[in-house]
Amino acid sequence: MTASLLALRGIGKAFPGVRALQDVDLTIERGEVVALIGENGAGKSTLMKVLAGVYRPDAGELWLDGALVALKSPAEALRLGIALIHQELSLCDNLTVAGALFLGAELRRGPFLRRRAMDVQARHWLLRLGLTVEPAALVATLSPGQKQLLEIARALRAKARVLIMDEPTSSLTLPETERLFTLVRELRDQGVGVVYISHRLGEVRELADRVVGLRDGKNSGELQRAEITHERLVGLMVGRTLSATRRVAHVPGDAVLQVKGLRTAAFPQAVVELAVRRCEVVGIAGLLGSGRTELLRALFGADRALAGDVTIAGKATAGRGPGAAAAAGLVLLPEDRKQQGLVLGMSVRHNLSLPTLRGRGVLIDRAYEAALAMRAIAELEIAARGPDQIVGTLSGGNQQKVVLGKWLAANPRVLLLDEPTRGVDVGARSEIYARLHALAAQGLAILFVSSELEEVLALADRALVMRQGAIVGELAGAALTEANVMMLATSMESR
Amino acid sequence: MKKIVGLVALLLVIAVITATFSYDPITDSNPFLSAYNLENLLQRVGLFGVLSVAAAFVIVTGGIDLSIGAVVCVAGCLLPWFLRDLGWSAPLAILTTLAIAAAIGAWHGLLVVGLGLQPFVVTLCGLLLYRGIMRGFTGDQTMGLGDTAEELRWLATGKVALTEQFGLPVPMLLLVGIAVLTSFLWTRTVWGRHLFALGRNEEAARFAGVPTARLTVAAYIACSLLAGLGGCLFVLDVNSAQASNFGNFYELYAIAGAVLGGMALRGGEGMVLGIVLGAALMQLLPNTIRLLGDSDKLEFAVVGGVILAGAAADAVLARWWQRRPRR
Repeated sequence: MTASLLALRGIGKAFPGVRALQDVDLTIERGEVVALIGENGAGKSTLMKVLAGVYRPDAGELWLDGALVALKSPAEALRLGIALIHQELSLCDNLTVAGALFLGAELRRGPFLRRRAMDVQARHWLLRLGLTVEPAALVATLSPGQKQLLEIARALRAKARVLIMDEPTSSLTLPETERLFTLVRELRDQGVGVVYISHRLGEVRELADRVVGLRDGKNSGELQRAEITHERLVGLMVGRTLSATRRVAHVPGDAVLQVKGLRTAAFPQAVVELAVRRCEVVGIAGLLGSGRTELLRALFGADRALAGDVTIAGKATAGRGPGAAAAAGLVLLPEDRKQQGLVLGMSVRHNLSLPTLRGRGVLIDRAYEAALAMRAIAELEIAARGPDQIVGTLSGGNQQKVVLGKWLAANPRVLLLDEPTRGVDVGARSEIYARLHALAAQGLAILFVSSELEEVLALADRALVMRQGAIVGELAGAALTEANVMMLATSMESR
Repeated sequence: MKKIVGLVALLLVIAVITATFSYDPITDSNPFLSAYNLENLLQRVGLFGVLSVAAAFVIVTGGIDLSIGAVVCVAGCLLPWFLRDLGWSAPLAILTTLAIAAAIGAWHGLLVVGLGLQPFVVTLCGLLLYRGIMRGFTGDQTMGLGDTAEELRWLATGKVALTEQFGLPVPMLLLVGIAVLTSFLWTRTVWGRHLFALGRNEEAARFAGVPTARLTVAAYIACSLLAGLGGCLFVLDVNSAQASNFGNFYELYAIAGAVLGGMALRGGEGMVLGIVLGAALMQLLPNTIRLLGDSDKLEFAVVGGVILAGAAADAVLARWWQRRPRR
């Protein structure tokens, strides 16, 4: 019997105060797709970074083709054929496609670049991945899906034999996802070993030959292809059974959020009108780039709208910035948690109090701040060592809870959420759903954007479908089905 | 806090070395520990410390102000003009000078926030612009206070006697006052919390409802205002100013002191106590060189070398701390 393509044995890794990995094993055979699943903070990303040479493990061994190796850097991992495709794409926007493809391994003659030769080879790789862009095109002009494919092309160009994909579909459209799956299967058939990390259990079921579970930094079990079921996958991740999310019908009250004649800079020709009532959960569905995020940002005042009125419980807030919106009772949990939702370098306590300190005098109200932190950590079950832990060191789901906590402290009437469960695992996800239902029951008006149809179906009393910046349809009750949403979201503009 | 301890240790080590080697057995005297030298040293720390605190206000936001020296020049030339040539009263002259300095800061802030210009570009142009304007305005003539500000000069040259030989220079006391106020502002007020949040992540601060544009402008105003105050003190100290060289390179001393004291240039990090210690180090080093060497030719080289060594040691120690296994 030949040695496995890659084998990790007894891997351990600790960070100050956290044991991220403890005695973890993982093997990858040639021509196999191994799905790695686990809740946020289970250690998936750490394990992948160990595998890709970003972190050096404190304990354990890494065997490649039966030989013991010690990875000192990502460059060395790549040279040995281990490539990591990042969750947040890591391409330089200012390069051309060919430039990005050959970054760090440029073809050259002496000090001079062989541009022509690189373009020719780039075209070959692009063709192979079915990527229809010119080698001379700028990376900045590519869609997220195209960038993902370009990253894979880069890994293949470096002759990767182990491909690690961390949440590759989180920013892809449906056709792009299908294209990616086809490609992963092709690579597998050519003998590449693929490690596939995803929170989307449907994808795991579809793609994986084997599933490895991680929980609290340890192996939590393994499933072969034939054994994979949704329940077993959930069991591997959370070790307990979750009650299925059920849509609770709320009895809506008066309209709290009213939007009239709103036009955003991104879609100047589209006029948006909508209203959300007390105790109501409204979902916004639509394809990527359909103007959903732009709408939420304009409502919150993060971007200036070209025209229109936004009224919250009778108070007009349009064009007066996030501070005014929050003061009137409208808050936003933004799409990009790390960049817009949190000041990552600050503590949990300081992040929680950031929006509400103002209005409590000129001096920092320390008693209020401490009480708020204690309350939010307890109520939202934020897994932090304490209020002084730096937010950037929390897992994704816990970070999202901090964002929610800081805004709940402002006693909002309208809660806007942009992709509330992006990068959040099933366990934390159902917690967030339950929390939102409870908030709606308490009288909040909730308006959320989600790219996951299941989420819209599970959460929303009513769904608005957006296309090219405009609301093209509204679905509720029995009409709120996946098929109807997709039809509205994708039908071509009639001219 | 580790940084503060390191700075204090470095200051003490250099002071002890200087005191040890400057002892003159023939005359049984120690020029470093003489009241004259210590008073002089503390006065310089006070004057330059004000500028370092000024620089820090903008550094907190992740910006940089290269025009501090030019604003010192503006204040240094205008104050004598108001007092002697126009015959204004001291409060009016000082307040007008400070108002002009603050206006310069507001202008910087508006350019940075409103037009989205880079702080480096705005203040580099300011550096050239203000000094150039002052040279034109004064016709490159020396602006002297004459005897119009004898009482006012106490602010820069006065001492509060502690013993018969030794008195605390007033600029040092002013610096302590400004440092305490600034520290209070930064750590105890909502304004300060918002300023530091903005420095760490401007977008997240804005999304939390923090008025980031207003805060940034305020930081530039605070910076230029303190630079203007520094300019007044410097001209009161030497009694005259010449636009072509007054305050030259002071922005670099100011920034070096602040950064040495632990202000991160990426923004959102730092303590006022560190800045004061950093400014002190910036003054102690040249003093050491002048006392221990024959000349000050090597002053720049030694100051640059020591700061670089300090930064390198800091980086190495930080890495060592991180690697240290913990239980």
